[in-house]
Amino acid sequence: MRALVIDDSRAIRLILGQILKALKFEIIEAGHGLEALERLKESGPVDLALVDWNMPEMNGFEFVCEVRKDDQYKDMKLMMVTTETEMAQVIKALEAGANEYVMKPFTKDMIVEKLTLMGLELD
Amino acid sequence: MAINPADFDFISKIVREQCAIVLEKGKEYLVDSRLMPLVHQEKLESIENLVRKIKSEPRGSLKDAVIEAMTTNETSFFRDIHPFETLKKEILPELLEKRKAKKELNIWCGASSSGQEPYSLVMLLKNDFPQLNSWKVSFSASDISNQMLNRCKSGIYSQLEINRGLPAPLMVKYFERIGTEWQVKEDLRKMIQFRIINLSEAWPMMPPVDLLMMRNVLIYFDVEMKKNILGRIRRLLRPDGYLFLGAAETTLNLDENFERMPFKQSGCYRLKQG
Repeated sequence: MRALVIDDSRAIRLILGQILKALKFEIIEAGHGLEALERLKESGPVDLALVDWNMPEMNGFEFVCEVRKDDQYKDMKLMMVTTETEMAQVIKALEAGANEYVMKPFTKDMIVEKLTLMGLELD
Repeated sequence: MAINPADFDFISKIVREQCAIVLEKGKEYLVDSRLMPLVHQEKLESIENLVRKIKSEPRGSLKDAVIEAMTTNETSFFRDIHPFETLKKEILPELLEKRKAKKELNIWCGASSSGQEPYSLVMLLKNDFPQLNSWKVSFSASDISNQMLNRCKSGIYSQLEINRGLPAPLMVKYFERIGTEWQVKEDLRKMIQFRIINLSEAWPMMPPVDLLMMRNVLIYFDVEMKKNILGRIRRLLRPDGYLFLGAAETTLNLDENFERMPFKQSGCYRLKQG
């Protein structure tokens, strides 16, 4: 499976990438939503995107909205991984089309459990 | 500093006497990790001092505090996921079909710890079986620990706990934000009757149960107590009711009256039919 990890923090991308690589995901990285959309155009749909909210150029919420407009990405699982913890933000993201939501700080177990909840078959 | 053998034996003895839980040799790390917070809380500096104080005040509250610390178990929402998938796809549809004439369902979560398991089940019922709104659903959740029962009743969880295993769509539907924490909505909390039950002692009178969750708790008892508890479950469970144990637990060599259901990693059992 392939995953797109979108976060303006290189450290967070590294940590999430390591978690997913251990689960046999092939990783593509992006530092913001615009870059993530470019990567998707190059690579085609991926199985999973982990999406930070607050990023320059295009934030994670805007990325989710853009992706959900395009039918070729309809089967992509989108999970917010963010410091935004207000209920209103969670609702906003889910209504925009995010499948799941993890509030930072996160642990490996939290990520893995959420991937299972989204129906991804993990090694 | 690791617990010394004499203190380990002392703690093992009182835990076994109070709640029939067995702490075998090799579990010293568990006693250390569970009791050190209590040691710090009581400003006693060491487990040795804790044991000394319990011995000098045998009727004091410290013994109860040790039991609480040793019997509290980690849990999470929709833990292990497979039992809840089995409940949703197989067990609950079957039970609702069988009980549709009387419209009654009795559920017991027998080791609810901090409440994530009963609340997971209640969310599953509310979200996926709305027809139960017109049924009489009797839902009991119990634990040996008063502290844990109070946590259950409050339905308040930290961000870390909310992040574990809880589907975000259910979080927005069934929780409210309380400061930096999250609380189960009142209508769900009201669905559950919480009570203190020590599984190794006499149980209160309960009506026959359709669904009994006893996950990841029998592992702490010795063989005789496991048999005892399974025997009482056998008498309490309806003939076509279901029991859920932890995925790694079994009734094999303990009680031959149960059969394991062929649902992936669910720990689902029922009484042998016929």
